[in-house]
Amino acid sequence: MTTVSISQKNYRSKIHPQKFALWTSFASIIMMFAALTSAYIVKQASGNWLEFQLPRHFVASTVCIVGSSIALHLSLRGFKKSNRSIHKVGLIIGFILGLTFVVLQYFGWQTLFSYGVDLKGNASGSFFYLITGLHALHVLGGIAALFVALYHTFTLPFVASERRVHRYELVVQYWHFVDVLWIYLLLFILFVK
Amino acid sequence: MAELITTYDTDVILADQGYDDHFHEHHHGDKYQTGFIHHYIFSMDHKIIARQFLITGIFWAIIGAAMSVIFRLQLGFPEESMAWIKPLLGKWIVLDEAGIGTLAPEFYYALVTMHGTILVFFVLTAGLSGTFSNLLIPLQIGARDMASPFLNMLSYWFFFTAGVIMFYSLFLSTGPFSGGWTAYPPLSALPQASTGSGTGMTLWLVSLTLFVVSVLLGGINYITTVLNLRTQGMTMWRMPLTIWAFFVTAILGLLSFPVLASGFFMLIMDRSLGTSFFLSDIFIEGAALDRVGGTPILYQHLFWFLGHPEVYIIILPAMGIASEVLSVHARKPIFGYKAMVLSILAIGFLSFIVWAHHMFMSGVNPFISNFFVIFTLIIAVPSAVKVFNWITTLWGGNIRLNSAMLFAIGFVSMFISGGLTGIFLGNSAIDIQLHDTYFVVAHFHIVMGIAAFFGMFAGIYHWYPKMFGRFMSETMGKIHFWGTLIGAYAIFWPMHYIGMAGVPRRYYSFDGFDAFRHFGDLNKFITIAAAIVFMLQLLFVLNFFYSIWKGKKMTNRNPWEATTLEWSTPIEGIHGNWPGKIPSVHRWAYDYNKDEREYVPQYIPMVEGEEAGDH
Repeated sequence: MTTVSISQKNYRSKIHPQKFALWTSFASIIMMFAALTSAYIVKQASGNWLEFQLPRHFVASTVCIVGSSIALHLSLRGFKKSNRSIHKVGLIIGFILGLTFVVLQYFGWQTLFSYGVDLKGNASGSFFYLITGLHALHVLGGIAALFVALYHTFTLPFVASERRVHRYELVVQYWHFVDVLWIYLLLFILFVK
Repeated sequence: MAELITTYDTDVILADQGYDDHFHEHHHGDKYQTGFIHHYIFSMDHKIIARQFLITGIFWAIIGAAMSVIFRLQLGFPEESMAWIKPLLGKWIVLDEAGIGTLAPEFYYALVTMHGTILVFFVLTAGLSGTFSNLLIPLQIGARDMASPFLNMLSYWFFFTAGVIMFYSLFLSTGPFSGGWTAYPPLSALPQASTGSGTGMTLWLVSLTLFVVSVLLGGINYITTVLNLRTQGMTMWRMPLTIWAFFVTAILGLLSFPVLASGFFMLIMDRSLGTSFFLSDIFIEGAALDRVGGTPILYQHLFWFLGHPEVYIIILPAMGIASEVLSVHARKPIFGYKAMVLSILAIGFLSFIVWAHHMFMSGVNPFISNFFVIFTLIIAVPSAVKVFNWITTLWGGNIRLNSAMLFAIGFVSMFISGGLTGIFLGNSAIDIQLHDTYFVVAHFHIVMGIAAFFGMFAGIYHWYPKMFGRFMSETMGKIHFWGTLIGAYAIFWPMHYIGMAGVPRRYYSFDGFDAFRHFGDLNKFITIAAAIVFMLQLLFVLNFFYSIWKGKKMTNRNPWEATTLEWSTPIEGIHGNWPGKIPSVHRWAYDYNKDEREYVPQYIPMVEGEEAGDH
């Protein structure tokens, strides 16, 4: 590609501009969820708020996404050390656990719905589905990126070039971000009562 | 007195002193040089993208302004027949048996709504900061291009797509959205609320969601570029004020537009999925709606958390441009550079904690209002610092009164006039009388509509040679300036009086209000002024497009004798901006009339014993 050369060559600072751009985009995602969670607090304070127990699925899904983060972290370390098997196994485990997270979220929503918590009903349910759903969309974006990384791992020759390490690092950092975001959202929903 | 040094051999200095980033040793393909599609349409070059933003912005400005002339005709001449615009507006002009045409009230509301949406988002956000951030950030900080040219291209095409969808909504049989540019629920949440609340509102939401994506992609790029791609020696405190303004603008956009997106998602769910975030206790045709438990105030909070920073997203780039143009054409360093930067930062910070001053009268707790009153009034302090510094920059300057400078001075005038009325409106008690009247309309049109336009015009006249290699006609530019300045005051000055008398904004007609009857002549006057000012803008558009092909050619690469880096690039813009090395920076951006030298560009090394201009 002719276009990437600009961002890779013309910078003098220590941080790669693309990495910095990724962090900047985290700020805007944080603002989006900050808006939703503060709207949640405002709405909750105004009364008529249904309290419900979260299905166990969400605990299991939390374990999955934390596990996938750890696996991807090890996979990135393996890639940097040119350890092919650790890189590959870590990526596969991380990818599968990531997918499991989304599937578990889906079954969690189903269970919650069967408890009688409807999207259209009380605002507490609407907020729950909106916030977790929007988060799941961000996770799906991460899964798409992981899929590309997986595809590259299986099709390209294994070379831990600076450029490929950098690209993989971007994907893994995004994944850690949606992981931490989920933990924040879960704790928020559990404890803001 | 010794002869002032006024010319520099840029190429020699750059080859000698520049910073070699090995840019031209790499193969970039011929993507940027050849092929119409890659060069002019799906371009990744920041200079082309800037022009795309500008020309798209001009397109929308003409549509948005034409809409205002049509609804002004209704306000100024409610009795006259509008049958003559039936060919354009079709069924929205209703003819009676005698052939007298009247504007359909639903469409009047749609025009008002679209005028606001188009001008605020498409013209003064995308057209202003999109154009000049793209053009100037890489050129003035000494970068080859944006951090991510690809995301930059996407940013434009998301904006373009948002525009196509909004444009399409103008032609719906039910009309575009008509519930006001702020899109408050329940008008925006219930399709049965008005004709425009159905498909028109759906398209409005889709369009603006895409627009948010465009702003975020652009903003991420601007921030990253400013922080990471500055050339050697370009410290933050040596950046021109334009760059500071675009930088803070991008931060504001990055932090506030996602909040609007959250509000939009909730609104979309209320519209399509049956939730009740913003709906409660609504009766339609006597029957109660079963959607309860929500509150429309919540939407207003989310909207204005964007909405207030948004007005600074609009005005900060204009401030940055005006600072730069005033300094260059007054041949003086900007007065109080650090105070200018700090006031930009202060305005940026304060803009996030004043949003509820838009909601004093919509049911927020009056004790909470106090908090917002205080911070709103505090914004007057950094604003006044800026005004003071602009005026002192002019003081004793060697002023060139060309079109760019005139518009920059006009910007200061407008900003003062409009800013002062902001102090009235910032008080929640005075707001009881003034809210939702023409006083508000006059205030924000002067302070962020006309002022931002003046900043934009100053920028266009000033950087036109950089964009197109030619100059715009000065004669037409001066007619444009004086006509617009006088005309803009003629439109909005009288509105203050109408507003103080309590005439509400957005009303289709005042037939039913005896108290407002005597404002009929004033309304006629405003409408005539609006029509004349509109014609003058067409003169500007003519000048703009005529000069692209027929304007006076630029023969010297630094025609304004400015110090900033964009004027050290070749007249014919090239990919990568500088043919050889990129300039390395040795001084701040405002060394005018310094030590026997008329101006000293930023890439000129300090001579021995020379003191920095910004000490």
